[in-house]
Amino acid sequence: MNWEKLPAWLRWALYAAVGVFVLTVVQDFDETGSLTAAGSSQSMLRWAVPILLAGLGGLFSERAGVVNIGLEGMMILGTWFGAWGAVVYGPWWGIVLGMAAGAVGGLLHAIATVTFGVDHVISGVAINILAPGITRFLSSEVLTTLPGGSITQSPRVPGVGTFTLPILGGGSIGSWQTPDFFGWLAGREIFLISDIASIAKGLVTRISWVSLIALLLVPFTAWLLWRTRFGLRLRICGERPQAGEAQGINVYRFKYIGVVISGALSGLGGAFIASPELSGIYLEGQTTGRGFIGLAALIFGNWRPVGVLGGALLFGYPFGIGLRDLDGSASHSLILVNAIGLAAVAIWAATRGKRVDAVLALVLGLAAAAWYLTSDTLPDVWINILPFVIVLIVLVFFAQRLRAPAADGLRYRKGEN
Amino acid sequence: MSLSRRILLALAAPVVALVVALAMSSVVLVLSGSNPLEAFADMIGHASRLETMVDILNRATPIYIAGVAVAIGFRMNLFNIGVEGQYLLAALVAAHVGALVDLPGPLRIVFILVVAMAVGAAYSGFAGVLKVTRGISEVISTIMLNAIAITGLIAFLIREWQAGGAIQGGVGRVGTTPIPDSGLIPNMNPVLEFFTREIRQGKQLTGVLVVAILVGIVYHLLVNRTRFGFDLRASGINPFAAQVGGVPAKRMVVSAMVLSGAVAGLVGMTEINQVGFFPANPIKGLGFTGIAAALLGRNHPAGIILAALIFSFLDISSGVLQFTGAASREIVVIMQGVIILAAVVAYEVASRARERQEAKSAAEALGDVKPSEEAA
Repeated sequence: MNWEKLPAWLRWALYAAVGVFVLTVVQDFDETGSLTAAGSSQSMLRWAVPILLAGLGGLFSERAGVVNIGLEGMMILGTWFGAWGAVVYGPWWGIVLGMAAGAVGGLLHAIATVTFGVDHVISGVAINILAPGITRFLSSEVLTTLPGGSITQSPRVPGVGTFTLPILGGGSIGSWQTPDFFGWLAGREIFLISDIASIAKGLVTRISWVSLIALLLVPFTAWLLWRTRFGLRLRICGERPQAGEAQGINVYRFKYIGVVISGALSGLGGAFIASPELSGIYLEGQTTGRGFIGLAALIFGNWRPVGVLGGALLFGYPFGIGLRDLDGSASHSLILVNAIGLAAVAIWAATRGKRVDAVLALVLGLAAAAWYLTSDTLPDVWINILPFVIVLIVLVFFAQRLRAPAADGLRYRKGEN
Repeated sequence: MSLSRRILLALAAPVVALVVALAMSSVVLVLSGSNPLEAFADMIGHASRLETMVDILNRATPIYIAGVAVAIGFRMNLFNIGVEGQYLLAALVAAHVGALVDLPGPLRIVFILVVAMAVGAAYSGFAGVLKVTRGISEVISTIMLNAIAITGLIAFLIREWQAGGAIQGGVGRVGTTPIPDSGLIPNMNPVLEFFTREIRQGKQLTGVLVVAILVGIVYHLLVNRTRFGFDLRASGINPFAAQVGGVPAKRMVVSAMVLSGAVAGLVGMTEINQVGFFPANPIKGLGFTGIAAALLGRNHPAGIILAALIFSFLDISSGVLQFTGAASREIVVIMQGVIILAAVVAYEVASRARERQEAKSAAEALGDVKPSEEAA
């Protein structure tokens, strides 16, 4: 059977099923109990949303051929304006202003890279330096005048609210409290089935409206970029801009659109970070590199929307676990999960005759196993770097199988080859 | 194109960038109800004091070293975004190991420098190896390695290696075990005082300045006067042509990353030698300012000096604004960002103008050739 022939969502669903199976086995073996808990998947989703939004942002930009390292800076603009807008004008205005601020950051990146032909990475780095400067200045001018605000933080930020899915998650329709199907199934203690139900329960309980928008953006992006004329034109700007030009497409315009959308989505992710779902406050430096993790999710997902979602959930998961894991035992189990993952990579490489890769993966896997056996807890600092380590490992073994848009990061001038 | 015109074009871009940054920040200041002229006058007035100048040099030193580290990569079309992680990790390890070993003064100084360079080189070289063996872009790998170093390794190691309690002499400061004074590079106050007056307020001009100057000289000689430097530049301009010419492309990538990382390892030495240990909350962001300095300074050893001084001036002299109240000191952070963005745009425009000019003069020169001469 050829895996590559399956539709993306089905393939990723299978990956997820295998992942849940491994988690279930490890959980039963380790008796930690929280790897497949509803609370864990709930906080995984919360952590995944900003990563997903930054990753989808990166997708729009890089599919149009503009590398966007500036996602982090645009996200920072989103946190500040999201928080300020929510405090002053109300939660939905926070979302709108956060997106607008990110979009302005994207516009700046587009002007530098598309109109002036500046190197994309350089422009992105400049935006990452500029953005915290702007927010710092604004904080000193604006936040300090708000009650409870200071130069590094805002007053409490109100949220847009959450909802629970009726019937599946036990939410209510009007005054009717519907049954809680996933909750019921999770309580039956059936191997694997209950674990899947428990994870699903977390994914349908008290979801922020922003999370819902972010999740719906995944199929929407896939449809927009791969099923519409607009998407085809945008993608051709990232693959062969000269070919697009020959067809009469205004390549500059599509690149601008891609990069501005990219900024808006990162800004939305930033606004979500400041919302009560994650922080409930603007705090200087609170993005903690999540724009970069979004970039990592984009690469991990091979520049495709469903893949980006997979990467965002994968990278959000350890944070979600770590947040609730006070004694570090559940995080510790993740080392074992990683060891199993590396073993799987070793077998995969061996069956394809990649001897060096197989040995490398085996050595790394054994090292992880040894680490697991010789320790009892995992300090939280390691949780913070797990996404970056996973991306490096994925790149080491699968870089040749990943394919960025062909003209990604290349300078394009109209009329030049 | 004439030489004077060439120089004019080269200088025009950074000057334009500075003017744009000044204009933009003036607008922001006016909008926020401050008087930009008053603010800039305060900053310049503050910077003209000897003690402030010492502070500016102390900050320019690490920025310059970071700038050179980034520039080495740029010369070969490699973007070492990882200087940030490399210098922090290198400084931490060097300070810790340097405090533990028992070596006589000067040897300990050299040992610390060597360890720092080795750690920086190894961490950066890893990204180089990943690039040549696995085809992973150094931009991506160094971003990931930055995060791994800063939020992971350093956060973990500083907890492991932290000296018990507050460190003597540094009130309320925590960090690694202090290095004995004999193992620290002596300050250069006597040299400066010889030319000027006594430096007050306990300010000390860092001795690492000498290291930075040496780094600049070696960088200049290496890139412009050696076979290696020629290969480096050739590979940067056209790796395929260089390979055909016998330059091993892969080895050049790794060498450039290792060199860049070795220099990056020295960035943190200013702080280590100033406070005598690696503080739990070190000065961060110098790696990114280094990228800015390399960009503004056009990878030129002297250009980076000017750029480092400008960024350092903004950093340090803005401190006075919180006392005079002329403006919010945070305005300089915006200025730094605008300078970089404006500078890279201006350079791009200038280089395009130069290309057009060259094409024009080439066309004119060819136009002079008569058909009969061409035939002959």
